[in-house]
Amino acid sequence: MSIFSSTTWEAFTRPLGKDNPVTTQILGICSALAVTVQLKPAIVMAISVTAVCACSNIVISLLRKYIPTSIRIIVQLVVVASLVIIVDQILKAFAYDVSKQLSVYVGLIITNCILMGRLEAFAMSNSPLDSFMDGLGNGFGYGKILIIVAFLRELFGSGNLFGLQVIPQSFYEVGYMNNGMMIQPPMALIIVGCIIWFIRARHEEMQEK
Amino acid sequence: MKNFSNLYIFTFAAVLVLLVAAALSFTALSLQGRQQRNREIETKRSILTSLGVTSTVDDAETLFAKYVKGSLVVNPAGETVSEEAMTAQDVKEQVGRGADRKLPLYKAEIDGQPYTVIPVAGKGLWGAIWGYVALQGDCSTIKGVFFDHASETPGLGAEITTDKFRTPFAGKRIYEGGRLVSIKVAKKGTYTPDDHTVDAISGGTMTSKGLDAMLKDCLTPYDNYFKKQQN
Repeated sequence: MSIFSSTTWEAFTRPLGKDNPVTTQILGICSALAVTVQLKPAIVMAISVTAVCACSNIVISLLRKYIPTSIRIIVQLVVVASLVIIVDQILKAFAYDVSKQLSVYVGLIITNCILMGRLEAFAMSNSPLDSFMDGLGNGFGYGKILIIVAFLRELFGSGNLFGLQVIPQSFYEVGYMNNGMMIQPPMALIIVGCIIWFIRARHEEMQEK
Repeated sequence: MKNFSNLYIFTFAAVLVLLVAAALSFTALSLQGRQQRNREIETKRSILTSLGVTSTVDDAETLFAKYVKGSLVVNPAGETVSEEAMTAQDVKEQVGRGADRKLPLYKAEIDGQPYTVIPVAGKGLWGAIWGYVALQGDCSTIKGVFFDHASETPGLGAEITTDKFRTPFAGKRIYEGGRLVSIKVAKKGTYTPDDHTVDAISGGTMTSKGLDAMLKDCLTPYDNYFKKQQN
């Protein structure tokens, strides 16, 4: 990667792989359960979180030398909250249906631990470019899990993908049924659990002795 | 760690807040028009759905103009007050008022048949629920309904928006022997199926009860107006 130094690139790729915010750091679980019934809201949520995470990381990183230590958490919160409101307003104007589906969860991006976690752990002590890449990486890492979970839940829960039926009607006629449990939040937790299991089983260094 | 003076901290906070406030106001103001339009289209689509007309975001306005002939506001005595178009959101403020309650309705016509659409609003389990009830020319038989909610439980109370719940309303009657009885939403086994009852949602008891109360609260005040139309 010639355009980026190795640390910048690493800031982007780490959260996509072993340091995934959801499966390794166990952050942002709450919204991962809530918005993954269907693929479309999950993707919009992933894009929104990525945008807010990357932008707030830049802002905080630019300000990092000027933010008074004693009020840094409040400053981070103000920056995140305003970006979330802007995202919410944009969705209401340009993707009204999706914003209705996401309802309160857009506002709850503020409380997504990934954001505050990255600001405090990364943006406060790194350059804007590195922080931007870190925000993007974490957003994508979060989005990746969201999309996997939403794919499975929508496919087996309602037989659809993006709201279009993909399981043929003939399956239903011979007795196939949608799994109602898939629609409920506990199933999302079980799927996330399985993904974590899979990842930890593959990476021995992640297992506690 | 660098030490910051109190003055610096206060100035920093003040400047930050001002900048943020300016950015937010700018966004809100510049997007206001589009958001308002989205809400209007949504209302129109809701009314069309209650009339059994399927619409998309793009054709909603054309279809609305084609089928909906006008709006009226009447008072509990059944007299016309104005021709203002009030949505289900506006009805929220009217619930519980007495003789000065504004009772909005929409007049529609599809294939030569007249319909009256009544906006309704009430409380579910977690938050507001609202909708539109389309009545046939006799002001008693239901043509169709539309319901929506702010925050009911997905899979349970939120089922009020589904076709499965809405379809059985069609053909039910809100009048029984000249008396306005509204539509009851009751659990199977607790009622004998008749013209004035639809099946409630299993697991959504509180939402069903809220919806039952909403229909009663919002349809009963129209009694005088409906009777005038029926005669």
